[in-house]
Amino acid sequence: MWIYQKKLEFPINIKDPDLRIAKALMAQYGGPDSELSAGMRYLTQRFTMPDDRVRATLNDIGTEEIAHWEMIGTMIHQTVGGASLSELEAAGLAGYYTMHGRGVYPADPNGVPFTASYIQSTGDPVTDIWEDMAAEQKARTTYEHIMNLTDCEQYLAPLRFLREREVVHFQRFAECHNILREIYPDGKQNKLRR
Amino acid sequence: MSECELLNRIGEVQFICVELNLYLDTHPEDQDARNDYIAYSRLLEGLIREYEAEYEPLLGFGHSPTDKGCWVCSKWPWEKN
Repeated sequence: MWIYQKKLEFPINIKDPDLRIAKALMAQYGGPDSELSAGMRYLTQRFTMPDDRVRATLNDIGTEEIAHWEMIGTMIHQTVGGASLSELEAAGLAGYYTMHGRGVYPADPNGVPFTASYIQSTGDPVTDIWEDMAAEQKARTTYEHIMNLTDCEQYLAPLRFLREREVVHFQRFAECHNILREIYPDGKQNKLRR
Repeated sequence: MSECELLNRIGEVQFICVELNLYLDTHPEDQDARNDYIAYSRLLEGLIREYEAEYEPLLGFGHSPTDKGCWVCSKWPWEKN
């Protein structure tokens, strides 16, 4: 069960929209290392996670990711929502407009739509946590690339916050990895049938 | 506090709660952090109740017992100020 709270995790108010950044932000709305991938990945992996602490971490970080997904969608919406057709075309968004108008759709900046093949859930707790640590690093790198494309504080402030969350989440997953290593010192967390 | 100030204060305190919650997930035995979590959770609850008594319901599905404002017509978070 989830309860919706009618506010963002970090305030966003885009007064000077930059369509180049909206396009770049699609990486984090519908790309392989997006907030959508992250939330779906952790909330799905938690079902077979054997340790209480690691299960709680997957549940709670997964929940926070959905709030981050909402922040990215908000930035895209506040940028694309009022754009003219010529502005959309100039930003390389004619194809996006053809398919989605000014709607917010989970695709990456190159128009590749979101797919569940971006995530994995192996049922092997150590393998899953390695994937999650890598995912946090990839998302941090992507945020840094987006931040390199703008000087506008209206985008940079929420992006700085989101980048920092990737660092904290990586730290928590690294602790989860240590917990699992203590439980399975022989590396046999995934039973071999033969 | 104005509506905006109160919302920002709620955001700050909630962020402390999010951070403590994630930390406690991997350190459930840390009594100092547990005490902080309870203290900030109580502060957050008070601020949310204060906001809802004055402005709008913040939470759905029965978690905002207030007759003030309107869930359906108050602004959604993605709408511009």
